[in-house]
Amino acid sequence: MGEEMREMVLQEVQREMLSNMLAQGKRMDERQKYDYRKVTVQKGVLTTAEGSALAQIGDSKVLCSVKFGEMTPFADRPTEGVFMVMAEFLPLASPTFEPGPPSPYSIELARVVDRGIRSAEVIDTKGMFIEEGKVLAIFIDLYVMDHGGNLTDTAALAAAAALADTKVPNVVDGKIVRGDYKGPLNLPDKPLTCTFIKVGDHLLLDPLREEERAAECQLTVGTVDGYIVCMQKSGVGSLKKSEVMECVDVALRKGNELRDYV
Amino acid sequence: MGGSADKPVLFQDGKRIDGRALDELRPLKIVAGVLKEAEGSAYVEWGGNKVICGVYGPRECIPKHDANPYKALMKCRYTMSPFASLEEHGRSGPNRRSTEISKVIKEAFDSVVMTGEFPKTQIDIYVDVLQAEGGTRIAAIAAATVALASAGLPMKDMISSVAVGKVDGHLVVDLGKAEDNFGESDMPIAFKHRSKEIVLMQMDGRLTPEELGANIDAAIEGAEKVYALQAEALRKSYEVTEKQEFRM
Repeated sequence: MGEEMREMVLQEVQREMLSNMLAQGKRMDERQKYDYRKVTVQKGVLTTAEGSALAQIGDSKVLCSVKFGEMTPFADRPTEGVFMVMAEFLPLASPTFEPGPPSPYSIELARVVDRGIRSAEVIDTKGMFIEEGKVLAIFIDLYVMDHGGNLTDTAALAAAAALADTKVPNVVDGKIVRGDYKGPLNLPDKPLTCTFIKVGDHLLLDPLREEERAAECQLTVGTVDGYIVCMQKSGVGSLKKSEVMECVDVALRKGNELRDYV
Repeated sequence: MGGSADKPVLFQDGKRIDGRALDELRPLKIVAGVLKEAEGSAYVEWGGNKVICGVYGPRECIPKHDANPYKALMKCRYTMSPFASLEEHGRSGPNRRSTEISKVIKEAFDSVVMTGEFPKTQIDIYVDVLQAEGGTRIAAIAAATVALASAGLPMKDMISSVAVGKVDGHLVVDLGKAEDNFGESDMPIAFKHRSKEIVLMQMDGRLTPEELGANIDAAIEGAEKVYALQAEALRKSYEVTEKQEFRM
């Protein structure tokens, strides 16, 4: 049986199973609806990058590397540095991830995490100017290594932790000196996301892989302390305004709890 | 690769650049069963190398016309992360180097996995090098054997691997990055554990036949140490009843 067919069957089965459980007030792993699974963050796991972190939420594992480079600035912002977020869904992370060009899911994930960091304005791109025609670039790579559900929050957590771990390299004669640092990257805030799924009338935070399959749609809310910095609804289905407000309320509270891990 | 001008001192007081003896391996850590989704998996830290491997299958062969009616198709995808080296940010995905390495790794395992048991299917070995410090394919093979075994796939034998080479005239086992870049020869090699038959061998540099013979003997000894750790990792993964936390 192909992976696609397997997913379709699992979706049917798990949707029914989850709604039965929710009717009895239970989740698949006995958590409360707005509880996270076990969260662990390990910073400084790579010595080849300027910053790195491994974040795990339940069985999901995302490794983030922050690496500096030099590049030509964009024409409309000739004195500003550049940062970019890329996500790689490694085929070893799930039977449904296939080798090849990035899937829409991985592009969406990277862009949601990117938007959170960008709108929170935590990276001072103006301070990344080297010389005429040359600026510093920051490559934020998200390596998804195991798909236990809720990859977005795991990835955003990994990215925030890796940025908090980042040291800015010294630049001599317009070139980065690897292994020689100016000091830690100034990180005024830690943007994180909280992702909810909707199943019937229920909202659940931090979905398991099985719960994601059963979900109608999901909502990701990116926050810094006290503010919403990005949102993304994905999947087929709809959300009421009251549901969105509920998610935002929980995300602001839970986001702060998650920030303690960074 | 650096030019000879910036070649570091590779030997001092009979010790190698990182203080190791000639036949000493870098610290090697192997953990089996680190991933939930994959059917088999392993994480290996070998010196500065950090490698993760996941195995899927036997599963439906795609594209279907590649399916072999008599045996499973072995596939391997070895890739290096864009942040794997200390130098600039690289490109993700396969390139010419990784394509070649994937091919020889696949062939090594095709010779031990009992693919005849699973006609018309494919078995995927995915290996990702998260951090590199010389000898990544050797670390990849060490991880892949453990991952295949932890997937419960029948294998005729385990594979253990090591690199040997000549550095400033000395035969050394398990070359580090500087030794790999500035030494005279580098030979990654993989053996079937019991028969000591070679299932992977690559070499570059310059060796006499005598040196080659000595290299292979040294590699057999080195690979034996690797095997002990591979077996230990598998044993541990079955002993542990409580879920171990994954740490890099």
